[in-house]
Amino acid sequence: MALQSLDIARRSATTTPAPGVRQTTEVAKLIDVSTCIGCKACQSACMEWNDIRDEVGSCSGVYDNPVDLTAKSWTVMRFAEVEEKGKLEWLIRKDGCMHCADPGCLKACPAPGAIIQYANGIVDFHQENCIGCGYCITGCPFNIPRISEADNKAYKCSLCSDRVAVGQAPACAKACPTGAIQFGSKEQMKDYAAKRVVDLKSRGYEKAGLYDPAGVGGTHVMYVLHHADRPELYKGLPNDPSISPLVALWKGFAKPLASVAMAAVALGSLFHYVMKGPNEVSKELEDELEKEDAK
Amino acid sequence: MMRNPKDLTRYDAQERANHWLVGICFILLALSGLAFFHPAFYPLTQLFGGGVWARILHPYLGVLMALAFLVMFFRFKSLNAMTPADKEWLSRVGEMMDGNDHNMPEQGKYNGGQKMMFWAMALSMLLLFVSGIFLWRAYFSLPVDVVRLGAVVHSAIAAIMIAMIFVHVYAALWVRGTVRAMVYGTVTRAWAKQHHRAWYRQVTGKS
Repeated sequence: MALQSLDIARRSATTTPAPGVRQTTEVAKLIDVSTCIGCKACQSACMEWNDIRDEVGSCSGVYDNPVDLTAKSWTVMRFAEVEEKGKLEWLIRKDGCMHCADPGCLKACPAPGAIIQYANGIVDFHQENCIGCGYCITGCPFNIPRISEADNKAYKCSLCSDRVAVGQAPACAKACPTGAIQFGSKEQMKDYAAKRVVDLKSRGYEKAGLYDPAGVGGTHVMYVLHHADRPELYKGLPNDPSISPLVALWKGFAKPLASVAMAAVALGSLFHYVMKGPNEVSKELEDELEKEDAK
Repeated sequence: MMRNPKDLTRYDAQERANHWLVGICFILLALSGLAFFHPAFYPLTQLFGGGVWARILHPYLGVLMALAFLVMFFRFKSLNAMTPADKEWLSRVGEMMDGNDHNMPEQGKYNGGQKMMFWAMALSMLLLFVSGIFLWRAYFSLPVDVVRLGAVVHSAIAAIMIAMIFVHVYAALWVRGTVRAMVYGTVTRAWAKQHHRAWYRQVTGKS
């Protein structure tokens, strides 16, 4: 299923280097929240390109529809009504996988090759290797992956890795009518974002900025936010996300430590036997009991 | 059939069956669990029909082991109450390990080490069961921080438990004449007199 088999930066549950002779440019998607109108063309394009139709849900009373990400809805618009300086602000954020440079899902995944990080930065799930344990959900700092109830595989945005592999922009970026979703090299996107931030600041959003959180090594989906100092305003976008220390412990040094400790106990037992010999019942006691029997 | 009618019965058939049910579950759980813990062990999933089957079966085996252990716990609980003699025995465990156990304090059915193992396993079982529930996504959906804590606790306790079981099995192999107690239920009188003299007196009425 891997379309770009020569440019793999990291592969889940694999301790040797992945095929990586081909180097590709680091890409990024930039979501400019300030120019998003909440039309959901990106959601429709995502469904159409990936050819997945979620079940038709019901209106929950707000614009969020579907209400949350699912195994079949890999991106959703989240609408927040916030009062700033006595004025209502309608903050609309396209939520989905952030494609972290240091992906918690990949770190936690126990199935070899179920999660792949390409040299271009895209983090992709290869469902044919997925065992459905949900460790990716446990590892993700953004609460993105979802397990399908139908096939028990984990799904999320692929950043249209199939389109990007052949030089196309992701479907959502292609469909966005206002240019709020931009796609290109990560450098280009940062430059573009810098211009947007200057513009926003000139319009009175003093704290406007780029969301490219360093705690996860930067992301390959970035946001331009009017309130970059308070990302949580945007329906709980995490301020300074990082892989949880518990996950880092669990899938970090605990792995070799525990493996070595278990091996040490097993080998220690063997060597104890070899060096001290078995603990036999003494011949003396056996003879003594035999004598008693003979009486 | 008994090898010698004078052999002493250490475990009856129900106790043995109960122990082996726990033991088999434990081996299968350790093999499948290690596969999810470190990539080096992932090939073990093949024993279960692949990664997906290992993931499906592991929690059910865990519930079965927890239930079987619970029965075993109540069976052997009172026999594992710690006494001052056990503490004395534990303080001199080095001599035992050195292979010179003739001067060790007299022990009942279980020595201090076995009792410590019993209580450590009971605590581990409880922690594994509870943290395992946190991780069982097919039926439970808990807040992610609870799941993360569960993952750390589950793997740490599992690693400790696997090491403890190595010690448990090794002790049975090292002390010759022990394994038969869990296979067909009996031990020789000499074995009992040497390793568990107080128990020997109790069951034979001799000194």
